[in-house]
Amino acid sequence: MSRPRSQAEYLARLVPSSVAGINRRSLLAGAAGTGALLGTGLLAGCGDDSGGSDSKDVSLGSNQSDPKPKDVVAKVTDGFKTSSGVQVAVNTVDHNTFQENINNYLQGKPDDVFTWFAGYRMRFFAQKGLAGDISDVWGKLSGYSDAFKKASTGDDGKQYFVPASYYPWAVFYRKSVWQQYGYQQPKTLDEFTTLAGQMKKDGLTPIAFADKDGWPAMGTFDILNLRINGYQFHIDLMAGKEAWTSDKVKKVFDTWARLLPLHQPDSLGRTWQEAAQSLQQKKSGMYLLGLFVGQQFSNEEQSDLDFFTFPEIDPAIGAKALDAPIDGYMMARKPKNEDNARKLLEYLGGKAAADITVKNDPATLVANSGADVSGYTALQKKAAELVGSATEIAQFLDRDTRPDFASTVIIPALQQFIKDPKDIGGLTSSIENQKKSIFTD
Amino acid sequence: MSDLPLIQADRAVPPPAATTSKGGRRRRLRLLSRTDRVVITLMVLVPLLLVTGFVWLPAVATVLLSGTNWDGIGPLNEIEFVGARNYSDVVNIYPPFVPAVQHNLLWLAALFVVATPFGMFLAVLLDKELRGSRFYQTALYLPVVLSLALIGFVWQLLYSRDQGLINAVFGSNIDWYGDSNVNIWAVMVASGWRHVGYIMLLYLAGLKGVDPSLREAAAVDGASESRAFFRVVFPVMRPINIIVLVVTVIESLRAFDLVWVVNKGRNGLELISALVTQNVVGEASRIGFGSALATIMLVVSLVFITIYLATVMRENRE
Repeated sequence: MSRPRSQAEYLARLVPSSVAGINRRSLLAGAAGTGALLGTGLLAGCGDDSGGSDSKDVSLGSNQSDPKPKDVVAKVTDGFKTSSGVQVAVNTVDHNTFQENINNYLQGKPDDVFTWFAGYRMRFFAQKGLAGDISDVWGKLSGYSDAFKKASTGDDGKQYFVPASYYPWAVFYRKSVWQQYGYQQPKTLDEFTTLAGQMKKDGLTPIAFADKDGWPAMGTFDILNLRINGYQFHIDLMAGKEAWTSDKVKKVFDTWARLLPLHQPDSLGRTWQEAAQSLQQKKSGMYLLGLFVGQQFSNEEQSDLDFFTFPEIDPAIGAKALDAPIDGYMMARKPKNEDNARKLLEYLGGKAAADITVKNDPATLVANSGADVSGYTALQKKAAELVGSATEIAQFLDRDTRPDFASTVIIPALQQFIKDPKDIGGLTSSIENQKKSIFTD
Repeated sequence: MSDLPLIQADRAVPPPAATTSKGGRRRRLRLLSRTDRVVITLMVLVPLLLVTGFVWLPAVATVLLSGTNWDGIGPLNEIEFVGARNYSDVVNIYPPFVPAVQHNLLWLAALFVVATPFGMFLAVLLDKELRGSRFYQTALYLPVVLSLALIGFVWQLLYSRDQGLINAVFGSNIDWYGDSNVNIWAVMVASGWRHVGYIMLLYLAGLKGVDPSLREAAAVDGASESRAFFRVVFPVMRPINIIVLVVTVIESLRAFDLVWVVNKGRNGLELISALVTQNVVGEASRIGFGSALATIMLVVSLVFITIYLATVMRENRE
């Protein structure tokens, strides 16, 4: 896989390092990166000693290593410097390396503020005492829905995270194709399967699908689980509190097994980029993926891209919950400049920072609803409305559960299911056995 | 030239009789000058420290950690020991483990039965100095220069189901990298592609070193070409044969890069090395569980290392 070149591609890579995988080069880069992390930590320490307690600086550890997002971080921190007079030292580390080293980084000498993700991955480090409580910063923030606040809250009810940007998962399609065949957006699962059947008759692959990298199928599992069992069950299941052998989970797999023949075959050898290209080439009718799917479309084709949220399955549950992973910032457990770190987080969560992001990065949605989003494309506006109307926002399977469970158990299990959708009983009990061994504390 | 000998003339070798006693041995040590002794001590100590620090300590630590459920977070004194639970989990409830062992064995067999003999065959052909043999030599050796990670990518261009060359040319619909019945073979072709070149070069070097008079003698005695090769040339190349054998075993055990590049060692491409990496590398890792897998791999490697050492030692004794 090549290095990501855009925000969208970068977002697509926001899977646990163990899931995203590494090659030998990034392993080496990782080793070098660890050195760099330790190095910067030590250097920051030295600077602090000479500066004394009233130092006018704060450090920010950033995984935004691609040119565009890196530039946005630079512009945002410049804005903070202008408004507060505090100098921000940004330590940018390649995002894969950053994620692989997060353990060592947080246990060593982390920067005062660092980029991270909402969900279990945030709660995990908060619970381990590796992140700072920033509930007081939340008291000063405005423009966030309850869903965002919920996604920033740790197990102890305190806030540990400031959301910055996000991208929803939905079913994407090409308007021109749908116009040509006269398709309508489905509202229920029955309408959805009828539509998919019609697409098959029309010579299209109804649902583009890829799971070579292991994580895209998690999106399908998530949305079916959210529609069939609801958000709270999703959270409990991911936290290891619910049994995978329960009928509720089996129903998810059963439903999926019925939908599987409508999906693009041989998905285990295909990357999401290849699946998205089948949508782009008008060979597939629709594709359930994150907003970053647009990256596989040229600029002229962007306006031809549209989406709908996955239809309702159980009327009692509705169709208001969705996966929309949130990226943002956290504070180290013992920042060297705690006051400045809090000030910086307040700024990063504020309207000014969001405005700068909107202006400079057209490929992301900002979390703060107070931001001036007149620069959004139609697709971005619609995506923002979708998430705004969501009652609950899930963070995606591998962000809502232990990363080791997601990558070493769930990925092989989902691939096994796609290969052989019949043995759901054996599959779920295998997952449950492994879950019990991993969720021990 | 008079100052060259390391053993100085004025400390000449004592009479052989003295060497049998303990004192004699001590006197023999003194044959080396102070500088020599310092140099020798350093030459022993430095590698010893390096090997201990970078090979043995991590190996022992891996074995120790394999008895814990450490996730890489928190001080070392809070590590909780869980006994042999990781091992029983690996064997009993970890679905990828059995396929991984099978694939490792398959890998060894394929390299040993197909790729290595084929590399030998090519070496024998190239040794005939055919026209353009340099071209073939370079072409066949080229993959060895590339890293396996890159090889995985190159073959991806051929194997991709929707956009790959093979399916495009033959109009087939085979999911080379995704179908778990096919992908291990597809990957082994890619791996063999590289291995053949490596073995070929090793063998070519060995063949060039065989005394031509042996072949001439065989030819004079009326031996056919193949008979001369198997009865004369092949046995003479025993040292090369052992190297090739060891290289093949090592290559099959460390097979990792290729499956990792293809799909991170999942869905039909499980290898023990890939499972270790999946479990240990990452943001919240199962270091204990991964260490148990690594320990199993260490034990498997030790079997081969022991066989190899035993063979070499027996040879030296003879």
